[in-house]
Amino acid sequence: MAALHFHNVTLGYDRHPAVHHLNGEVAPGALVAVIGPNGAGKSTLLRGIVGILKPLDGSIHLGELDSRDIAYLPQSAEIDRSFPISVFDFVATGLWRATGLFGGIGKAARDKILHAIAGVGLNGFENRPIGTLSGGQTQRVLFARVLLQDASLIVLDEPFNAIDSKTTIDLLALVKHWHGEGRTVLAALHDLDMVRTHFSETLVLARGPVAWGPTAEVLTPENLMVAMRMCEAFDDSAAACAADDARSRAA
Amino acid sequence: MFYDALIGPFTEFEFMRRALAAVIALSLAGAPIGVFLMLRRMSLVGDAMAHAILPGAAVGFLLSGLNLFAMTAGGLIAGFAVAILAGVVSRSTGLKEDASLATFYLASLALGVTIVSIKGTNIDLLHVLFGNILAMDDQTLLVVAFNATVTLLVLAVIYRPLVIESVDPLFLRTVSRAGGPAHLAFLALVVVNLVNGFQALGTLLAVGLMILPAGIARFWSRDLTAMICIAVIVAAVSGYAGLVLSFQTRVPSGPAIILVASGLYIVSVLFGRVGGVIRQLFPGRHLEA
Repeated sequence: MAALHFHNVTLGYDRHPAVHHLNGEVAPGALVAVIGPNGAGKSTLLRGIVGILKPLDGSIHLGELDSRDIAYLPQSAEIDRSFPISVFDFVATGLWRATGLFGGIGKAARDKILHAIAGVGLNGFENRPIGTLSGGQTQRVLFARVLLQDASLIVLDEPFNAIDSKTTIDLLALVKHWHGEGRTVLAALHDLDMVRTHFSETLVLARGPVAWGPTAEVLTPENLMVAMRMCEAFDDSAAACAADDARSRAA
Repeated sequence: MFYDALIGPFTEFEFMRRALAAVIALSLAGAPIGVFLMLRRMSLVGDAMAHAILPGAAVGFLLSGLNLFAMTAGGLIAGFAVAILAGVVSRSTGLKEDASLATFYLASLALGVTIVSIKGTNIDLLHVLFGNILAMDDQTLLVVAFNATVTLLVLAVIYRPLVIESVDPLFLRTVSRAGGPAHLAFLALVVVNLVNGFQALGTLLAVGLMILPAGIARFWSRDLTAMICIAVIVAAVSGYAGLVLSFQTRVPSGPAIILVASGLYIVSVLFGRVGGVIRQLFPGRHLEA
């Protein structure tokens, strides 16, 4: 049973597709890199998986997963950093599924939270307001929250953007640790060397799937060229999708 | 002498005791709501809502004269209608909440002024606009206390999603569907507290006892719990001092309360521990690390 199954998925905004006719599936426990130029639809695809964006067409099946079994780290988290909340409390929100509206945070949960904060290398930051953290520290805090969410599917949208090499190495180790625990991880990335060394499976995206499979086979100069050439244009007067027409005529 | 000035009025006159009880109830419920309004950058939304209540109160007044129950019910209906319509429109169309609220509250205010101008004297209008906490009777006081209790209970229920939605709305959307209902419940609480403050401070100043203490608290703490406690205390102290001031000087009670709070606000802007002007001008030598 696949962790994720895409059936002719088209995702987009206001009828204009950003990801066109994607088919395929992600096996449970897979470590998948999603690459492609800016505007290729990487973020759109991830938002579709998480359920924030409804597909224009087709469907995304989560297998046995509930949408709450997904931990999602958006590209630019809309965090209000001026809000008076401590690192400890912020990370603790990752326990939402266990605590809900009223559940107390007992000794065991406190230990878990402290453990997660230590796990991302932020010991001693527990009582700091989130507004005082640097960019890299904020990303570490977000990873700590994902750690607490204990999700079987983890979706990371360009998690290492504007992050220094030390932090990237630490956080990448966490990603591999999650993979080792049998969790399914999807990450949108730009660093092709990182993808080659650490990710077994790759989806090259350019407003539609260019190639999808084992990284070594997929990351070829030809595929990357096709992805680079993809058209970023947003045509206001685009006609209805021809692929759909062809299919309906055939039917 | 101090006793005569500060405590005497309350031991001597029942209406002063009632007013004090009312203002404390208003502080307990209104100040925490104000803190959230401020942190969610909705301070002026509170102000807009206060205007939106007017037509409902005016209809209540038209139907049954200067009767608090009718006016409160009317205010609640109008306030809820505007709050929920604005919330629904902004959530379903992507129009920013403030923009859709502005539309609805302006329409509501225009309707309210029209209704009041059809019937009613200037004195009635003055009462509606500025309130009169000294004229509070037992029944009204009970209504105020009841609303405050309900507010605190509901706030306890929606506290967690409200906080998470304020910090990281996208995260809440991915883990729970509580965000939307919590937001609507919060808007409802705003309305309940505006109507509550309405008898004491009038439609125009009701929001003052919510927003000013919240603004003051921001200058003294970086912690949410502490901010809420400070806001409640500041609101209650302003209320008490405002009543004393009003008793001694014949300044109307509503404006007196808000003026005291404004004074505390200016002191906080100047001397506040967190981001106060003096603190910024003379921050002291920088630290080792």
